[in-house]
Amino acid sequence: MSTLIIADHDNQALNPATLSVITAAKALGQSITVLVAGSGCGAVAEAAAQAEGIEKVLLADSPAYDKALAENLAELVISLSSGYSHILTAASTTGKDFMPRVAAQLDVGQISEIIAVESADTFKRPIYAGNAIATVQSLDAIKVITVRGSAFDRSAATGGSAGIESVTATAANDRSAFVKEELVVSERPDLTSAQIVVSGGRGLGSAENFDLLARVADKLGAAIGASRAAVDAGYVSNDLQVGQTGKIVAPDLYIAVGISGAIQHLAGMKESKVIVAINKDEEAPIFQIADYGLVGDLFEILPELESKL
Amino acid sequence: MKILVCVKRVIDYNVKVRVKADQSDVDLTNVKMALNPFCEIAVEEAVRLKEQGKADEVVVVSIGPKAVQEQLRTALALGADRAIQIETEAAPEALNTAKLLAKVVEQEQPGLVLMGKQSIDSDNNQTGQMLAALIGAPQATFAYSLELDAEQVVVTREVDGGLKTLALKLPAVVTTDLRLNEPRYVKLPDIMKAKKKPLAVETPDGLGVALKQHQTVLKVEAPGQRQAGIRVDSVDALLDKLKNEAKVI
Amino acid sequence: MRESMEFDVVIVGAGPAGLATACRLMQLAQDNDQELSVCVVEKGSEVGAHILSGAVIESRALDELFPDWKAMGAPLHTAVTKDEVYLLTSATAGKCLPNALVPKTMHNQGNYIVSLGNLCRWLAEQAEGLGVEVFPGFAAAEILYHEDGSVKGIATGDMGIGVDGEQTANYMEGMELHAKYTVFAEGCRGHLGKQLIAEFGLDTEADAQHYAIGFKELWQVPEEKHQPGLVVHGTGWPLQGGTSGGFFLYHLDNNEVVVGLIVDLNYSNPWLSPFDEFQRLKHHPVLAQHLEGGSRISYGARAITKGGFNTLPKMSFPGGLLVGCNAGTLNFSKIKGTHTAMKSGMVAAETLFDALSNSEGARAELTEYANRFADSWVYDELFRARNFGPALHKFGPILGGAFNFIDQNLFAGKLPITLHDRSADHTHLVPADQAMQIKYPKPDGKLSFDKLSSVFISNTNHEENQPCHLRLKDPELPIRDNLPTYAEPAQRYCPAGVYEVVEEGGQARFQINAQNCIHCKTCDIKDPAQNITWVVPEGGGGPNYPNM
Repeated sequence: MSTLIIADHDNQALNPATLSVITAAKALGQSITVLVAGSGCGAVAEAAAQAEGIEKVLLADSPAYDKALAENLAELVISLSSGYSHILTAASTTGKDFMPRVAAQLDVGQISEIIAVESADTFKRPIYAGNAIATVQSLDAIKVITVRGSAFDRSAATGGSAGIESVTATAANDRSAFVKEELVVSERPDLTSAQIVVSGGRGLGSAENFDLLARVADKLGAAIGASRAAVDAGYVSNDLQVGQTGKIVAPDLYIAVGISGAIQHLAGMKESKVIVAINKDEEAPIFQIADYGLVGDLFEILPELESKL
Repeated sequence: MKILVCVKRVIDYNVKVRVKADQSDVDLTNVKMALNPFCEIAVEEAVRLKEQGKADEVVVVSIGPKAVQEQLRTALALGADRAIQIETEAAPEALNTAKLLAKVVEQEQPGLVLMGKQSIDSDNNQTGQMLAALIGAPQATFAYSLELDAEQVVVTREVDGGLKTLALKLPAVVTTDLRLNEPRYVKLPDIMKAKKKPLAVETPDGLGVALKQHQTVLKVEAPGQRQAGIRVDSVDALLDKLKNEAKVI
Repeated sequence: MRESMEFDVVIVGAGPAGLATACRLMQLAQDNDQELSVCVVEKGSEVGAHILSGAVIESRALDELFPDWKAMGAPLHTAVTKDEVYLLTSATAGKCLPNALVPKTMHNQGNYIVSLGNLCRWLAEQAEGLGVEVFPGFAAAEILYHEDGSVKGIATGDMGIGVDGEQTANYMEGMELHAKYTVFAEGCRGHLGKQLIAEFGLDTEADAQHYAIGFKELWQVPEEKHQPGLVVHGTGWPLQGGTSGGFFLYHLDNNEVVVGLIVDLNYSNPWLSPFDEFQRLKHHPVLAQHLEGGSRISYGARAITKGGFNTLPKMSFPGGLLVGCNAGTLNFSKIKGTHTAMKSGMVAAETLFDALSNSEGARAELTEYANRFADSWVYDELFRARNFGPALHKFGPILGGAFNFIDQNLFAGKLPITLHDRSADHTHLVPADQAMQIKYPKPDGKLSFDKLSSVFISNTNHEENQPCHLRLKDPELPIRDNLPTYAEPAQRYCPAGVYEVVEEGGQARFQINAQNCIHCKTCDIKDPAQNITWVVPEGGGGPNYPNM
């Protein structure tokens, strides 16, 4: 049996989350086929073919798949599904949208947002917003799975040379239609989706001092966050608050500056991949969960950081 | 037009979950339960559509033991007109839920089905999409705003990187995201009125749906605790670690 | 004009007193084939969400209210099997007192270890089954009066007022709930009860009320350490220097153990932190042996009305009654208030029912309540225990304890003297520079914890965008007076880290983190200047205690 991965992309480039899905798929120990469905997405198929460890790339190039409408994608995947024991895609808003339709049409369950592959039929996935981890065994012949990209390393983007095979497109449905899209163009990334977040606490001492933080964030292309104490003190507005009652973030890198690390704050950022703590109090609880801790005066550290980035 | 809203009873979002000592599940004994927040948004949206004259009846449905009637009453107090409980021992798996709901759709023939994008307990984010597939309806997940008329619903969705707008012919299934609306507070007289609104109880057998198990939960455990890492003594050392060890910048 | 609803009886607070009142009223209505409309409003998000108690309870009142409560499934699962009483003499030493030397009121044979929150959840189900309207998530914010000054009912708080005091998009005006009689069962230091006592001068003939702060944690312990039914009480270390109080540790079912400390709020040292006293107490071997290897599930704290008989205010006023701990019916010699609170509510229900059946004007004051209360066993029990607290306050734990042994065991509380303690708790603080600073050990994260991680597991939440519900009469006072004189004790007596003094550019600022508030009311009681007034936040806010 083999594994089918549905690539996540924007018709121009492969979403790197797909490389994480490949890593998850490799753990199943079967040959891997990648389906690239889109419109004018030949370059994506080329990229997928170069990814290491791929047996074959299927290319479905049709206007029907241009905007990744769930109805059309699901129909296509169903038409190609025979012979695959596992169907995987990234848990992006596209993957989450069409994949349950695939499962329902195949009359199988879906296992959502896996974070570990235990065996060919057993997976770990977070439940209760990550406050518990379930180990789930699928009893279905076909396993339909979405993969949380941040939980798996990216497989190598090059080193492979899979053949590309065009497949027949299925008909576009006539009940849903794309109207428009507005991609957010912002100088600073959105707090909840940023790859890097630089967050400040009461230790910054004033609203003006948040500028020091902003300059570091600019250099890193990072979003700015804040602790509840900094919001309560009026340094920044409350839409920047990270924590139990604020936003929950899980970036690749979280830099906590002048934040003591109360559990209420940790609840909003502890799923970050790498946590850096900068604080003058070496006893601050934030150091207990930080991967890298730097004890010192943030008013010296921040300008130095800015100049060296 | 009739709107069907599917809702779920879940642990209150303010309550911290705790895994049972035997790792069989999380401990829900005597913890506060509530209407799933995304479902509440779906109810609110349906009620607003009714208030705007775009719908004439809002029917809420929930699946589970008798206790789910509490959440159905909440939905009725928010402004739904009548409720259906499908009695099962526990909340079924997503596909079974979708199959039961598909039967209700067949009976009720709503123009629009509204539901939460996911429940905050199982975090599956599947049921709406599965229901749409089973009834052959178009879908719009993660709704940020919607406009309903007699023939179609235009939904702007929250997607990675921005917003995407779709037009769906009715009947359609729409799942709600957090920013669609802010649900109203329930009023005391409405709670009392809700007790008198009709609530029908159905069973999977009665609906002709055989529930099938697709998954087994082998274990539920607490997430691993983060361990303290290392201390660095300078900005240079920090940047070196971030670039060469963690490879995040 | 606010919308209003009419009821025969409106009850404020779904605790044991309020729910017992509601249940008894409906039972009487059914027995007499009468229609009665009764509603209970509760500020917690659900019944039980704000209930915090030890709790070892006597079932006496419940036996009377629902004689077949066992068959009805009341959650009294763990009968007391063994009583231990300790005097802790140091951080590592303690003596188990022989049973014969323990005041009789501290013996617990025949009692049950329960979660009072779960008992209230059960009582609310019974009440609803009897036809009572129970409305959790609605806070009684305001007392309504008739023109003649009698109580007309209450108004629930407005919802959707922003932190700036302006209406938000979701604004919903509060509702007026009018009733022939309104029963206030808010528990200790109810904010409306406090207003009623002042408005009607209910306490003019009583001694000053006394309070304590009680902490409680729920633990899950390893199977081999679990001894269901074991009740441990004690006093002594770590409380010192005239600070009185005592601890409890009970083994429930399901490998659960509760542990707590009660600290009397007449303590004098402003450096005292009741929270930290509790945290270090758990390291004493007498307690640690039960907890080691276990994990903490929940945390909470609540003030306790403990003045007893001599401090009991008048409980009736035109248009309403004060029942349970809102008046102060707890029996401190037993450290139990559930059975007395329930009984006070049941007596209230009987009085109310007779008054309602009798067509005379509803606004009259139910002076009959005092007579019926005086004829009940609660009165007798509280009378016998009247010297217990004052003796401890006057003579200290050793001599006071000896007095209590003689009074309770030899004279069954009938010793022909009455001791008084007339000074209010908030007057006892001495200036910080005259008191010994206390250095508390750092929490180890296994047996002891910091305040914020404790508040975290109380599941406390308040809508962020709302006005602060902790009102300062004089906003400058904390920094101007309390800080120099008492090192602002609110930082230490608050069990939830609500109050902080933060340095900003060399200036001290008083920070109120109202979102952390677990509704214990200690600040309203202990502030030396009585500058803090606790009012209800938006309904549904506060802790969400499970199984507490």
